Amino acid sequence: MNKIKILVLLSLLVIAFLLDVALGSVHIPVKEVIKVLFTPDSVNESWIYIVEKIRLPKALTAIIVGCGLSVSGLQMQTLFRNPLAGPSVLGITAGASLGVALVMLSAGSIASLYTIKELGISGSWLIIIASSLGAALIMVIIVSISSSLKDNVIVLIVGVMIGNITLSIISIWQYFSSPELIKDYLMWTFGSLGGVTGNQLLILATVVFAGLVISFLSSKLLDALLLGDNYARSMGLTVQRARLLIVLSTSVLAGGITAFCGPIGFIGIAVPHLARALFNTSNHRILIPACCLVGTVLMLICDIVAQLPGSQTVLPINVITALVGSPVVIWIIAGPTKLRGF
Amino acid sequence: MAVKQPLLHTTGLTIGYRSGKNPAKVIAGPLNLDLYAGQLICLLGPNGCGKSTLLRTVSGLQQAVGGSIELEGKNLAKLKPAGIARLISLVLTDNVRSGNLDVYSLISLGRYPYSGWLGILSQQDKEAIDRAITATDTAAFLGRKLDSLSDGECQKVMLARAMAQDTPLIILDEPTAHLDLPSRIQLMRLLHQLAKDTNKAILISTHELDLALQVADQIWLMSSGGNLAAGLPEELVLNGSFQQAFDKDGIDFDINTGTFHIHTSGRKSISVAGDGPAAFWTRKALTRIGYALSPGEDTEEQVLVTEIEGVASWTYKKGDLTLSFDQLKELLTVL
Repeated sequence: MNKIKILVLLSLLVIAFLLDVALGSVHIPVKEVIKVLFTPDSVNESWIYIVEKIRLPKALTAIIVGCGLSVSGLQMQTLFRNPLAGPSVLGITAGASLGVALVMLSAGSIASLYTIKELGISGSWLIIIASSLGAALIMVIIVSISSSLKDNVIVLIVGVMIGNITLSIISIWQYFSSPELIKDYLMWTFGSLGGVTGNQLLILATVVFAGLVISFLSSKLLDALLLGDNYARSMGLTVQRARLLIVLSTSVLAGGITAFCGPIGFIGIAVPHLARALFNTSNHRILIPACCLVGTVLMLICDIVAQLPGSQTVLPINVITALVGSPVVIWIIAGPTKLRGF
Repeated sequence: MAVKQPLLHTTGLTIGYRSGKNPAKVIAGPLNLDLYAGQLICLLGPNGCGKSTLLRTVSGLQQAVGGSIELEGKNLAKLKPAGIARLISLVLTDNVRSGNLDVYSLISLGRYPYSGWLGILSQQDKEAIDRAITATDTAAFLGRKLDSLSDGECQKVMLARAMAQDTPLIILDEPTAHLDLPSRIQLMRLLHQLAKDTNKAILISTHELDLALQVADQIWLMSSGGNLAAGLPEELVLNGSFQQAFDKDGIDFDINTGTFHIHTSGRKSISVAGDGPAAFWTRKALTRIGYALSPGEDTEEQVLVTEIEGVASWTYKKGDLTLSFDQLKELLTVL
């Protein structure tokens, strides 16, 4: 049964990937896209350029973002034992934004993709580290608060408030910045899968892959944490160490992605629920790869929709993920109780 | 009779809470407790007297304020969590209704201390899980999700998880809370049986006085002041510990009150002669350890209970053998 689901998801992934590369302001037939990918000599050069320099990196970024955000959301939902937890909900992406903003502030510039590009490889690492540290800071604050608060809803509200404080700090700084810089920053907050190319793509892929590996290796710890800290401890888990590991990989995943693509919402909270509903399990050894698959497919579809096929306009990716993700969140809260779990 | 090594032994154990630099708040102690394999031990006491704290301390979830706890001769404070997990398994009052967790996955989490890095179950693990499922009679729930279970079913499943962890000691914190009467009796009976059949020690805290009196091999009776009386249920009734422990709650414990019965089919029959409380509780003790009481005096084993000025003594006859005891405990060790 699971094999069929995986096959269906994989073929959806291939189709979505090809469509994502094919569709856009310049339409390239799918057949030609495949040719560009495998026998690049036989196709006209402008198409090769568009595919290799723009669309392929963008589709690969969509895959990386889909995997990374979904798995970080899954880890947070298990860690906080809260079905509504996610990197954007609990202010983790806000923390990452703060990290990015701080680097840009000290560099005398602002957190736009253009400036990131100008910084080169060491600059890319600097941004990723700052962003991950910002994410980790908020994670640590919320983890320490949540251990003394038993009520999930309160933890959620505290998380949202901490996110607001973080965003306010960024706003204050924005207030004193020039209008052009504010526009750049606003563009960044809309989120974008484009513009991550070459070395940056390689760095992002490396960081997210590392995060995913850590996450998969801690799937047993995550399983134990499903029953809460006390049970986890009684089964021999060193809870503090496990938390540290999970906070680390979540921060790296959410932080790294936010640094380059902006704060992308709703994927982190919605995909884990879809994966659980689809594979009907709570085993993280299955859920983590499942989240990667579902997240990738969903992110590619969001990107296809964002390009408004047939038009010259491209919508911000955040608008589309919110349109897709919000109904899922409503479904979790108000829908059939099956999905209320985590 | 060979001297049995206690599974769990505490020396001068004081329990309570540490908070910051303030001196620790002591709830109870010093306690010197022994716990043996194959016994069901019921921890009784009024609300707030520190039952949960004692269980949390003994199970290593919370630090002791003073004294030491030894598990199979090893100091608990020096064991790593992974080591403790192979000696003690827990059933807590924590809510575990994680909606998407199914019963089999939950029970298999009990193998956590034994499975490898990724938690893949070996054949051995699967066998242990199957044994736990059979022992707790939970096979019917396997395909179901946790949030579809009733409270009683959920407790059984949590017990199965603890059984799968395969530890010599299982600790349950108020397993009968939230359960209806039949489920409570069923669960207590199951625990009693498991202790006998698997030779595990099972320590539970409960408010079920009458049930505890029927199934417990040993009772730890805590009072609000932090005192703890340990002994046979019947002994504690006879020496007035029960009245003392529940005095503050305004509960009058009637030494002569009958309690409802759990039928344990007796293997051997025995007759008990005598009147008064001592004879009454002797009968209960004998029923508990598996005897069927016979009204006539034609049985092979006979017990005569005499009570002179409130002091009880026991005479045991089997064929030509006649033994006298001044403590019920001694009588039971012979049987």
